[in-house]
Amino acid sequence: MIRVELVKLLRSRRTWVTVAVIDALPSLVAVLLATTDIGPRPGSGPAFLSAVLSDGSLYPLAAIAMVLPLFLPAAIAIVGGDSVAGEAQQGTLRYVLVRPVGRTRLLVAKLVSVMAFALLSLLVVAATAFVLGTLLLGQGPGQVTTTFSGTSLSNSQLAARTALALVYALLSMLGVASVALFLSTIVRSPLAATMGTLALLIGSSLLLTLDAAHALRPYLVTRYWLSFVDLFRDPILWHDVLHGVLQQVAYVVVFLLAAWANFVTKDVTD
Amino acid sequence: MIRTQGLTKRFGRLAAVDGLDLDVAEGDVYGFLGPNGSGKTTTVRMLLGLVLATSGTVELLDQPMPKRAADVLPQVGALVEAPAAYAGMSGRASLALLDAMGPGGGRRDRKRRIEEALDRVGLGGIDRRPVRTYSLGMRQRLGLAGALVRRPRLLVLDEPTNGLDPQGIREIRDLLLELNREGTTVFLSSHLLAEVEQLCGRVGVLDRGRLVVQGRLEDLRGPTGRLHVRTPDVDAARALLDGRIEVASDDGLLIRHDDPAALNRLLVEAGVRVELLAPEHRSLEDVVLAATRSGSDRVAR
Repeated sequence: MIRVELVKLLRSRRTWVTVAVIDALPSLVAVLLATTDIGPRPGSGPAFLSAVLSDGSLYPLAAIAMVLPLFLPAAIAIVGGDSVAGEAQQGTLRYVLVRPVGRTRLLVAKLVSVMAFALLSLLVVAATAFVLGTLLLGQGPGQVTTTFSGTSLSNSQLAARTALALVYALLSMLGVASVALFLSTIVRSPLAATMGTLALLIGSSLLLTLDAAHALRPYLVTRYWLSFVDLFRDPILWHDVLHGVLQQVAYVVVFLLAAWANFVTKDVTD
Repeated sequence: MIRTQGLTKRFGRLAAVDGLDLDVAEGDVYGFLGPNGSGKTTTVRMLLGLVLATSGTVELLDQPMPKRAADVLPQVGALVEAPAAYAGMSGRASLALLDAMGPGGGRRDRKRRIEEALDRVGLGGIDRRPVRTYSLGMRQRLGLAGALVRRPRLLVLDEPTNGLDPQGIREIRDLLLELNREGTTVFLSSHLLAEVEQLCGRVGVLDRGRLVVQGRLEDLRGPTGRLHVRTPDVDAARALLDGRIEVASDDGLLIRHDDPAALNRLLVEAGVRVELLAPEHRSLEDVVLAATRSGSDRVAR
């Protein structure tokens, strides 16, 4: 079932259009930076962006930092919200279930497929950003990259840490994906599931800026998303990264269980 | 093939299906009748494990459902309400995708099984256009093909001729009878009496969630105790049988009488010419109308 869902994902035109839209933003920024040579002042704008003018090989990280707060999770809310409710609306859910596909298996396959979409988007974004970054913005001086702590990284170290950052960004999307999947088993309309997930994202981002919500911060789904920046300090600051992973795993456990409890006892009447 | 005991489904306080005891034997073509909203679709969904029963049991192919769904359902072909397919794909691709999702459909002969199913429903020549461009009738045929892909032992069909033109209905009827001759049991839910009358050997009639009639069509359509006589000598017959003629119309006379042979002799000996003499049978419509009230789609004041 997982294999079939992945084939379906890769064969769908919507997947590739969405990935292209996500990819358009960092690509546009790369072109703008290269033609105008005006970068944000250090300390403002998305992470890494002030550093890429001198070192294009950091651009994949800047690109991930750009799509991670909104573009990617919004796309995941769409794909995840559509996963079960979309099949129900289209009428195929009942035929999938009498095929038969076990309900638990269906949920797991859908979550895997949503995460595969996240991985695909991140890989495409990182790859385009790498090509555009090195072509348009050029390599840094002496093939050495500087960390935020002022020490230097060799190219292979940079590649390893970029890969780590990609994995972290992927894991960060688990929470959104499982919330979207959960809502998708509850409502009849895929749009409602997507909007519900987006509401959670926006709410979480808003509460993060509010001092009065300080006590809630560790539980907010967007809290640790940009902590992958800590992977580029020397030594690596693991604290927030680990908390981020644990928090996302907790989201998956809670919402996948809730989705399961709802879905396996549900009367499929659409 | 299908046996339910005390099958009940409540939605809140409303009992959509109430204490249903269905019995469909292997080789039957079983017609499941009832007005709109009488619980037919809910029953079909419970048989297939889509809707979970409030109480009672379902056995499909002698196995409990939905517990053994993984073993049973690969041998069952189903059409539940409207057909559905992945609208962005071609009909073939959609069938192949659904076939690949679950057990009981080998990968090696998938292509052959799909082509065979498409041929049977008259869609052998479809091209790569997406299902979204199909007409209602083509979708219905594709849905039927989907039910046939794994050569099921049991077909559970909900309104299978919906959206088809008269020729299409005839084709599908012939197909179902052919499949039945090859050994497939057919469970057909419908409110089209003519369709059921032409196809089914056994029927069950549902009214407001309760099974009010179940039996062989032949038995249900038993004689009414009246004889149908057509004669050119109507006045002579009327004089002879005064009082026993219950209905006289252009189509002939309906006479209350138990013995066709005796009546025939009586008429002929009196010089009344007989063109036709046959016992009158109840129509399925009479049976169903007598057993049910109007459907829930009628909302009277």
